[in-house]
Amino acid sequence: MIKKALILLAIVFVAAACSSSDEGPGTTNDNFDRTALLTNLADNIIVPALENFQTKLSDLDVARGNFINDINESNLNLLSDAWLEAYKAWQHIEMFNIGEAETQGGSAKGFVVFFNIYPVTVSEIENGAASGVYDLNSANYHDAQGFPALDFLIHGVAVSDTNPIEKFTTNANAIGYIDYMTNVQSQMNSKFSAIINDWQNTYRDIFVANLASSSTGSFSKIVNDFVFYYEAGLRRNKVGIPAGNFSNMPLPEKVEAFYKKDVSKILALEAMNAVVDFFNGRSFDNSTNGEGFANYLDYLERSELKTAIIDQFNTARQKIEVLDNNFYQQVNTDNTKMTEAYDALQMAVVLLKVDMMGAFQVSLDPGYQDNDGD
Amino acid sequence: MPSKLNTYFKAQTNAAPLAVFRIGFGVMMLASIIRFWSYGWIEKLYIEPKFHFSYYGFEFIKPIGNYTYLIFIICGLSAAFIALGLKYRIAIITFFLSFTYIELMDKTTYLNHYYFISVLSLLMCFLPASAYFSLDAIIRKKQYHQIPKWTIDAIKLLLGIVYVYAGLAKINSDWLFKAMPLKIWLPSKYDLPFIGDNILQQEWFHIAMSWSGMLYDLSIPFLLLYKRTRVFAFVLVVFFHIFTRVLFPIGMFPYVMIVGTLIFFDAKVHERLLEVFRKLFKFLKLKYVKLETSTYSFSNQNIILPILGLFFAIQLLLPFRYMLYPNELFWTEEGYRFSWRVMLMEKAGYAEFKIVDAKKGQSFSVNNSDFLTPFQEKQMSTQPDFILEYAKYLEQHLKAQGHENIEIYVDSYVALNGRSSERYIDPKVDLLKQTESFKPKNWILPFKDEIKGL
Repeated sequence: MIKKALILLAIVFVAAACSSSDEGPGTTNDNFDRTALLTNLADNIIVPALENFQTKLSDLDVARGNFINDINESNLNLLSDAWLEAYKAWQHIEMFNIGEAETQGGSAKGFVVFFNIYPVTVSEIENGAASGVYDLNSANYHDAQGFPALDFLIHGVAVSDTNPIEKFTTNANAIGYIDYMTNVQSQMNSKFSAIINDWQNTYRDIFVANLASSSTGSFSKIVNDFVFYYEAGLRRNKVGIPAGNFSNMPLPEKVEAFYKKDVSKILALEAMNAVVDFFNGRSFDNSTNGEGFANYLDYLERSELKTAIIDQFNTARQKIEVLDNNFYQQVNTDNTKMTEAYDALQMAVVLLKVDMMGAFQVSLDPGYQDNDGD
Repeated sequence: MPSKLNTYFKAQTNAAPLAVFRIGFGVMMLASIIRFWSYGWIEKLYIEPKFHFSYYGFEFIKPIGNYTYLIFIICGLSAAFIALGLKYRIAIITFFLSFTYIELMDKTTYLNHYYFISVLSLLMCFLPASAYFSLDAIIRKKQYHQIPKWTIDAIKLLLGIVYVYAGLAKINSDWLFKAMPLKIWLPSKYDLPFIGDNILQQEWFHIAMSWSGMLYDLSIPFLLLYKRTRVFAFVLVVFFHIFTRVLFPIGMFPYVMIVGTLIFFDAKVHERLLEVFRKLFKFLKLKYVKLETSTYSFSNQNIILPILGLFFAIQLLLPFRYMLYPNELFWTEEGYRFSWRVMLMEKAGYAEFKIVDAKKGQSFSVNNSDFLTPFQEKQMSTQPDFILEYAKYLEQHLKAQGHENIEIYVDSYVALNGRSSERYIDPKVDLLKQTESFKPKNWILPFKDEIKGL
């Protein structure tokens, strides 16, 4: 009896192993279409977000040029506006540490090191402006370039100055500051052109075509990037660190855009929007909903998890919305609201990192290792 | 009955199966070590991490910096010596000690396969595996063509325990009725050729796989024992292990099991295999040495048999120690290791540690990646003994930095076999007030579902 059963099972096994796809891929309705997912992410979200950033980055460059040609208060304000617009656009691409962006940085943080490591180390900028000696490609200057460095240059006050514009006019190192600003801008321009050129020329197709289920597959990489950004870029850096969740006391000076001050909430909400839209597969121009993580969870019969994640995102957004525009101010006056926002963001980390990644069977560890599942 | 036992332990049999087993084991283990090294895993798993998770009672066994490579060299060399049958007794003891040392260095890497190798090599220390077809035989100019029958049966018994216990562990409601965790794992292999995007996506297939896996494990040792079903069983063994190898990253284990189950075959088959080896090495033009042939007999069988009796008693009982613990085994993992529970769980977790300065009333969270590798963090976040050990390590680290009056709490969530994540450890318990022991850990929160079965 057992023998017969086993023979039967063996037949099942062999049949299972040998049967080729008789319907052919794409014709079955119950298989999730990963090509459509990656195509939607690339064509409707990632590339448009990168192109939007490209526009804002070049506007910033123009504003910087105008300011340097004619240093006055009004041009500085225009530069500040352009900086904020570009910084907002950045919030939509920081999570895409993939392809050339990943290669550029060389470490887990990827291209972010050239754009948004904060708090900025002012002494590096001061020394650089005074001596003219600095290397923005060196890891030592990761915390002295990108948006945080421009934030200090545009809005901050240098040694012996009382107002931001003085460092470009009366300060002994005025030329040094102007050069530093120019160099930071060209660093951003050149790093970003390499990234967007890669997407526009070759990487988009590579990304969409790489359907491997392993950790090198596009899906696994983009899920990892998304969760990492949510956990570190948004939850920890923007809220957790200033609120003191990772230190003995609150560290308000570690907020994003510390020198401009009143835009921290705007940037955090932009980031939140980027995260929610990406999760839902909503196009960058907000016109359509395509394949995203949300309907992949539906496909996996985990709709309850999808709903839980979306609800938690909403809760987190509400907790951020009640904060002061200026997180530095918020931490100093009523840090409880700040930690409440952190806790709300944190709850979604569990859902994303434990439940969603488990459902997707995406490995956290990029390294391959033996496993017997226990 | 005693006389029957007596006769059994005096019975002799052809030594060829054990010789082939020894050669297969040595070659496989040498290949394993080389493979492990070539992937850079020694560096990644034993040299790079700042901290290593120890087995309870074996805290003194740690990687020894760059000398760790030396242990692997010793282990690999002894495997080669085992294959050749050169200084076998010393080689197998050295292998057992070095391999087991490697396994005890960090429990992050615990795998049933590795435990199996340790246990098997311990057993092999007592067996006359170089009696026949070995360099030892040439050196002593004497070979033993007949060895005690029980020595071969001991290996069959161990293999049988592994299979049957693995099968028994599969008799649970998650595995059989929910097809968990295969239902999560198989669809994610969508890029496998031919089967990936169709059959692996079907629920009936997940259930068929679960049931047949259970039946396979429970029946294969018996099918291998009987001559009439043996060849069929072996085909099944080869097919099953190759199939699982294709589906999962399980390294050398399938090949070890395929080669291992050859021991169930008759001596004739093994003699033919040895003939193949002889022909393979003909080019060496070794001068044919006429060896004196005799029958192997243990001078100390009366000591060895009780030792092995104890060994097998432990093997039979240890996997059931979980019954002494309350709560769900899969959730608490108290008594989970060393019990042949293979591929039964999909567990994911998240653990954030909060350091509290009790006097100042300040607290902060730890960034785990400052201390652990991603692999360590993954293992730590779903296993209570890891969580406790890590908390103690953090305490040491913080005390060295001058922190005092600290308490450590953990905010942790675990998702098991497709269930939604639930809080795992009581967040109000100061982990530093807990100690590791064999006692139940009452600070693990209860499992909110039920998994029926063994």
